[in-house]
Amino acid sequence: MNDTLLQVKGLKTWLGEGENPVRAVDGVDFEIRRGETFALLGESGCGKSMTALSLMRLLPPSGRIIRGEAFLGETSLFDLAERDMRRERGGRMGMIFQEPMTSLNAVRTIADQIGESVRLHDPENRSDIRSRVIELLKAVGIPDPVRRLDEYPHQLSGGMKQRVMIAMALAGRPELLIADEPTTALDVTIQAQVLALLKDLQHQTGMAVLLITHDLGVVSNVADRVAVMYAGQLIEQATTERFISSPAHPYSQKLFQSLPNSGKRGGRLAVIKGSVPKLTQDFTQCRFVDRCDQSMDICSRSEPVWREHGAGGGVRCHLEDYPGIRIDQPARPDSSETEATRALEEPLIETRDLKIHFPIHKGVFKRVVGHVKAVDGVDISIAPGRTLALVGESGCGKTTVGKGILQLVHPTGGTVKFDGEELSRLKGSALRQLRSQMQIIFQDPVASMNPRMLVGDIIAEGMQAQRIGGTAAGRRGRVLELLAHVGLPADAADLYPNEFSGGQRQRICIARALAVEPRFIVCDEPTSALDVSVQAQILNLLMDLQQEHGISYLFITHNISVVSYLAHEVAVMYLGRIVERGTVEEVLGSPAHPYTQALLSAVPVIDGDSEHEVIRLEGDMPSPANPPTGCHFHPRCPQAFDECRKAYPDSAGLSDTRKVSCFNYRS
Amino acid sequence: MISQLVILWTDGLVFLLLLVVILFGIYASRKAHLRGPWRQVARSRVGMGTLVVLSFYLVVALLDSFHYHPILDKAGQEEGATATQSVEVISLFDGLVEGLRERQEKTYSAPLATRLYAKENIELPDGRVVRDFPRLAYGGAHLADPETEWLPDILKLSAVGIIKGLVVSLAVANLLIILLAMRSRRSFGAQGRAVLRGATEIPWKVAFLTLAFMLVLVFWSAELAAKYHLLGTDKVGEDVYYQALKSIRTGLLIGTLTTLVMLPAAILLGIMAGYFRGWVDDVIQYSYTTLNSIPGVLLIAAAILMLQIYMSNHEFDSLVERADLRLLILVIILGVTSWTGLCRLLRGETLKLREMDYVQAATAFGVSNLKIITRHILPNVLHIVLIAVILDFSGLVLAEAVLSYVNIGVDPTMNSWGNMINSARLEMAREPIVWWSLAAAMIFMFSLVLAANLFSDVVRDAFDPRLRGSR
Repeated sequence: MNDTLLQVKGLKTWLGEGENPVRAVDGVDFEIRRGETFALLGESGCGKSMTALSLMRLLPPSGRIIRGEAFLGETSLFDLAERDMRRERGGRMGMIFQEPMTSLNAVRTIADQIGESVRLHDPENRSDIRSRVIELLKAVGIPDPVRRLDEYPHQLSGGMKQRVMIAMALAGRPELLIADEPTTALDVTIQAQVLALLKDLQHQTGMAVLLITHDLGVVSNVADRVAVMYAGQLIEQATTERFISSPAHPYSQKLFQSLPNSGKRGGRLAVIKGSVPKLTQDFTQCRFVDRCDQSMDICSRSEPVWREHGAGGGVRCHLEDYPGIRIDQPARPDSSETEATRALEEPLIETRDLKIHFPIHKGVFKRVVGHVKAVDGVDISIAPGRTLALVGESGCGKTTVGKGILQLVHPTGGTVKFDGEELSRLKGSALRQLRSQMQIIFQDPVASMNPRMLVGDIIAEGMQAQRIGGTAAGRRGRVLELLAHVGLPADAADLYPNEFSGGQRQRICIARALAVEPRFIVCDEPTSALDVSVQAQILNLLMDLQQEHGISYLFITHNISVVSYLAHEVAVMYLGRIVERGTVEEVLGSPAHPYTQALLSAVPVIDGDSEHEVIRLEGDMPSPANPPTGCHFHPRCPQAFDECRKAYPDSAGLSDTRKVSCFNYRS
Repeated sequence: MISQLVILWTDGLVFLLLLVVILFGIYASRKAHLRGPWRQVARSRVGMGTLVVLSFYLVVALLDSFHYHPILDKAGQEEGATATQSVEVISLFDGLVEGLRERQEKTYSAPLATRLYAKENIELPDGRVVRDFPRLAYGGAHLADPETEWLPDILKLSAVGIIKGLVVSLAVANLLIILLAMRSRRSFGAQGRAVLRGATEIPWKVAFLTLAFMLVLVFWSAELAAKYHLLGTDKVGEDVYYQALKSIRTGLLIGTLTTLVMLPAAILLGIMAGYFRGWVDDVIQYSYTTLNSIPGVLLIAAAILMLQIYMSNHEFDSLVERADLRLLILVIILGVTSWTGLCRLLRGETLKLREMDYVQAATAFGVSNLKIITRHILPNVLHIVLIAVILDFSGLVLAEAVLSYVNIGVDPTMNSWGNMINSARLEMAREPIVWWSLAAAMIFMFSLVLAANLFSDVVRDAFDPRLRGSR
């Protein structure tokens, strides 16, 4: 029997009609063997998802397959009649999507939805659908499957929903599972669970997985082979080990270099300048030439062709023809740089026992029946010119802490001091004046700018409100200055935000925050909506600004590698409370709290060998409206003992800078 | 000719509304986010077609909104009065179609008929009395022998009307093509060919075809209406075609002025409730839920009945002014009952918007609440307002018909489709049946509401951000 399961040849998919269709997939060839995990890696907008949707023939109405063939086993997928195709979809080919929240029908039970797949694609089990559904739920590791059967999607957490989605895909006993960013919407601890599950299932059933992702860490952990997609084409294909140890294409090399980690602390991250070219054009040159720093004359004259380099690998680059002049990866900056411990300096921002509770109203008279304790007693302090990273899973109250400090949400209790001044008691104009000192940068650069305003007006808004910059002309000059400062052209001021890419928009947001010359900025996951290459640009910019202006950052994130790159101190948050804090070396180097340990171990590491042990946390974070008694973490803690169930542990100082709230450590 | 202009309340408001729309148009043309969707509307074939139809209605309504006291010439001399001005108030439109207004028959006559619909005793020149259908005073009066000459005459008039219509529409089309060619700096021929092939960005071909159709219809009906009663006459012998045309102003006014009344309340209260929340939200929410639970018809009936008492105690200069006051009150009371829906929508949208990062960022800069509302919230809910107004329009036109039918609508002396239908109610019970009043009102109302509905669909699709990605 042939070893090849899926073979794609010369696939071209265009979107839109008219003279300039988007050539989303522009000639893609690859093979997937039985039982292997094949990762399709690339930035957003490079045609990864379109490739998958073409294979499933589930393209949006404006999309059409122009050319190419795809064979699943012996079947030519593009020649099948729609009704035969329907049998393949969900049958031999299953698919799971990025967003588990919207992929399930909210008004039908779990059993109903999985049962439908079973009925359609698994004729042998048609007589006893229910037991097959239970079997499937067990296979995807859902505890107590019998009880879950008659539940509705809203009763499940995000990770559970993704498991249900996987169960649905498994119902047809697929030979190929297409997973389109299956863990992007999930937290690291849940991501670790789902990735482990996919691997287990693959071992048991021998199916092949086409994994679409932008995350190098995920690729290195689960993939057997990798194909890198750029601007609608595959530019490199290799086994995972080879790809990680010696990426061939300049783009792949840059991707690795632009990843932040502790080794690159103090240095600048490599950036890929510019952004992905528009796919509406006919390319006569290398698609990467404008962003490549190894480009040669030939690169802008002709498009490179695909060159095999053995073992199913290959690369699309002119450099392959001139092996002599290949520039090796620049040496990573050494991390010998030492930092003076400045944590004991007079803090700029200090919170004591900060509490933010949101009341839950119920009934006709809107009686308060309880509180969501989003933030429940948080102490942090940040010295001038330092960065504190606040780490934790989504829903743990990180963002609320940031907003509480800035008084965007009014604290329920506790104190917030800015430069010695108590903020929570300030009202009206007194608070309004202080606002220029503290700013915030949001996660989603699209949502953080009014789409109806010009960029110039957006940046000037703060100055206007704070009466900085004097006349309109003076403000205008300052706007242009700021734009130059964050690396944008001056004519950007007269455009609308939607004319910029995600990275550029985040720069505008940074310029807006800088306009009022703040001393403290809350960065609320400023890079999590951006691609890796763009993330590096933004992180570099933030680092430069800190060095130039001595700004303090509260850096809210769930991305540990970013933390290790730029933070001085780390606070780990779980369910509204800080469970561990200390300098970055202390916390990331030797995590003390069991939750920190689990969180760090769940982060996929790119080191070639995927042998590092993951501490798998069971279940999800409990609701902050109804936290568990005792230590909040004990239901998921692998080290929990009796005392943990009874009382919340006091924080114990392990060193001058380090505090942990766990019964394992006592002061 | 025109002496002493009379500005009725509703006339003033119509022109105020027109001014507001023109100002909004100028504002919108400067803002990319508003210009874009309108351009999409202009590019849609349905959008252009319905726009042409609607503009015909609009022209009639605007012409009908210039009121004045006409100068009495002949009539004045006969009475021997010194005043040359009539106490009567007529509109520019009445002046244009004077014939239609003045040629009253005795009672019912069928469309294009030459004789009355009911038999009467006719005294013949020789003194005998026969019972027959008498000839009409105006309809087909020029015919010597209606039985033989009627059909050829109708055909001849139709042909003349259609040819006139075609000639005029051809002239208009050529004029427009010349203008287009000048704007795009192309030769006349090239521009004309582009229009015919449908290769222009805006579907001018559809617009021209609709325009030609409407013009032909106008000229054809003008030819026939000059000699006959195109849609028959009603019980007191008034021309039904004239009534239906006069009703356009009433319908359009109710559809548009009501929004003028309701918008300030809906926008102000909706945004305030969503933005400030807390007790402000509670007060506004309770007031509109309370208002919503009173049946609208009851509220309108109460208001109109009270108004009737007021009107019977006061004197008015003319019947028109009296009817106008009632129309104004009806518009206001309809506005009061209909702001709640839009208010609720805006409250929900504002609740969402106030949590947006850019509003939070503005708060973090210390921008004042008023500025946040005008700069960040209002521009981002404007599309909802626009969609709601255009969708409400056809509902309000129909509401007028229903209210007049139950006698709490516009004044009975005012021409409106509702009143036409109301009077047709009795005629339907006659034997033989008198169907043309009802049919005329239906045709005019139907084509207006259909055009408005199709147009609002196009506008909604263009402005709805959820649909924007799908095309």
